[in-house]
Amino acid sequence: MTAVPKTLRAPLVVEFPFTRSLGPVQSAFLTGLRERTLLGVRTEAGRVLVPPVEYDPETAAELRDLVEVDATGTVTTWAWNPEPRPGQPLATPFAWVLVRLDGADTALLHALDAPGPDAVRTGLRVRVRWAAERHGAITDIACFEPYESTAPRTRPRPHDGRFDAPVTGIVAPARLDYTYSPGRAQTAYLHALAERRTVGERCPSCAKVYVPPRGACPTCGVATTEQVEVGPRGTVTTFCIVNIKAKNLDIEVPYVYAHIALDGAALALHGRIAGIPYDQVRMGLRVEPVWSEDGRYPDHYRPSGEPDADYDTYKELL
Amino acid sequence: MTASARRDVAVVAFAQTDHTRRTDELSEVEMLMPVLHAVLSETGLTASDIGFTCSGSSDYLAGRPFSFTMALDGVGAWPPISESHVETDGAWALYEAWVKLLTGQADTALVYAYGKSSPGSVRDVLTRQLDPYYLAPLWPDSVALAALQARALIDAGHTDEPALAAIAARSRRDAAAHPHAQLRGARPQGDYVVAPLRTGDCPPVGDGAAAVILAAGERARALCARPAWITGMDHRVEAHSLGVRDLTDSPSTRLAAERSGAFDASAGRPVDTAELHAPFTAQEVVLRRALRLGDDVRVNPSGGALAANPVMAAGLIRLGEAAARIHRGASDRALAHATSGPCLQQNLVAVLEGDPR
Repeated sequence: MTAVPKTLRAPLVVEFPFTRSLGPVQSAFLTGLRERTLLGVRTEAGRVLVPPVEYDPETAAELRDLVEVDATGTVTTWAWNPEPRPGQPLATPFAWVLVRLDGADTALLHALDAPGPDAVRTGLRVRVRWAAERHGAITDIACFEPYESTAPRTRPRPHDGRFDAPVTGIVAPARLDYTYSPGRAQTAYLHALAERRTVGERCPSCAKVYVPPRGACPTCGVATTEQVEVGPRGTVTTFCIVNIKAKNLDIEVPYVYAHIALDGAALALHGRIAGIPYDQVRMGLRVEPVWSEDGRYPDHYRPSGEPDADYDTYKELL
Repeated sequence: MTASARRDVAVVAFAQTDHTRRTDELSEVEMLMPVLHAVLSETGLTASDIGFTCSGSSDYLAGRPFSFTMALDGVGAWPPISESHVETDGAWALYEAWVKLLTGQADTALVYAYGKSSPGSVRDVLTRQLDPYYLAPLWPDSVALAALQARALIDAGHTDEPALAAIAARSRRDAAAHPHAQLRGARPQGDYVVAPLRTGDCPPVGDGAAAVILAAGERARALCARPAWITGMDHRVEAHSLGVRDLTDSPSTRLAAERSGAFDASAGRPVDTAELHAPFTAQEVVLRRALRLGDDVRVNPSGGALAANPVMAAGLIRLGEAAARIHRGASDRALAHATSGPCLQQNLVAVLEGDPR
């Protein structure tokens, strides 16, 4: 009976800058924000949609009839956010609001800067606070702010949507932070690797040993439970010669990348083969792992010096 | 296809995990396998007996790319199986499986769904499903959007904070006897998360999985003493932009219910149970109004999503809970609802019936 190893945890960041192109309507709207101009689009039924879309949400008709609306509006619903989260428009407590801009028939979601929830109500009059630097994005509106005025509300004015240097795309960065934990089977695998051992798990039904183990036998659909040490030596079952150097990789080409069936395992791992000229690597070559100083997995495999394995011993693992 | 030519398809087994705040010690397939085994052993089927397999999940929740392919290890995908996946709640996977059975391409189906919210922040993760031009750059989280909807309902006079607290209390009270629920029994309403929603108005964040087996015709009768026949199912979507929708109503839910036959007088018996997928208290108010549910309908006897909300599985669990109630004779005609997207954007309704007693 061995002690259950401590569950591994590590930070994991998933981050990508989505680059998106804009159609004619979104391009005009976002460019307009850069120029402190608020555009909507008029539907066939005469409704003005702000923010504008390219197709009517009710009829799916193509929409191109741009109009300019005011930078003032009315809160249609709101929610007080006492603890702003990263990436949100304001770092101090604020209200999320849907605002129907004067001249529009639909509402825009944004933040409202207000001293507290008592200062916010549905029906509150607000105006846009523009960001100091504007690039053609929804964040060019820094937020809304309360604005009481008796100035008459203007009607939507036709707008050709043309601006100098129109914005034609946006880069939408998305970053999500996770704490990764690999689960029971992979935790055991990683703990063993730290001791320079490779362990798989045996399926109680078909008796195959899976490595790396993922906790389930894909053939039988049952949990694999019995831990089995495999290797360290193995057999090259198939390989390829890599001739193009990957970016940021300091391995000289050509090199050999191979499937290696470790002794006792029912499927092959992949790894790099070194310590032998690339054109002498062959199916059946017997290999052993080479660990780097502080490596957590074998850096590569090299010939073990044994005679080649007979094809029949590994043909099921190809 | 005419109604008379339609095959009878039923939910014949349902299982779910215990829903917990976190399951660090389990990978997704490790979390999923026990429920797969549970529904298979309940019906006596083996993986190779299953005609079609369909799942629902999202890699964004746990940040694990292609996790649904890893999960396939748990269903025994060798020799090759007929399989599909939806990147949304498993209720939509069940819909796909239902169509597969209706069209005669399979006689049995295994449907499963899982969600591990614990590795990330589900409030942040769900912002990534929003419109990338006008909404996502502002990072409005799921609670914030639900709170806007709640305020609209309060302003319209359809509810108030005490009524919302009562929904939270009833749900957790109903979950007190539920062995799998995450929040069981009374708890304080708590502080505002995003006002007007308090902690108690929000679903728990947690990990969990669920599975059901569907079967057609006589096969269903052979596998289950009282199959939960799916007499209708439909799903509808509304405009993505929140500002063009009336957040106090859910016309998509009502239409899906109409098309699934929920209100058909010809059924001869009214709906007695409704499992509504309302992660936030105010959303139950919207759904009850949209479906015009009377006080004679038992809503969320399982405790609903306020007691356990494994994202991507919680909607499938509503169908499973409704079916299980028919299996054990506690319901004769049940409505099950699943939702996806912000502020009830997408809605699925199924009507389940037991044989007359």
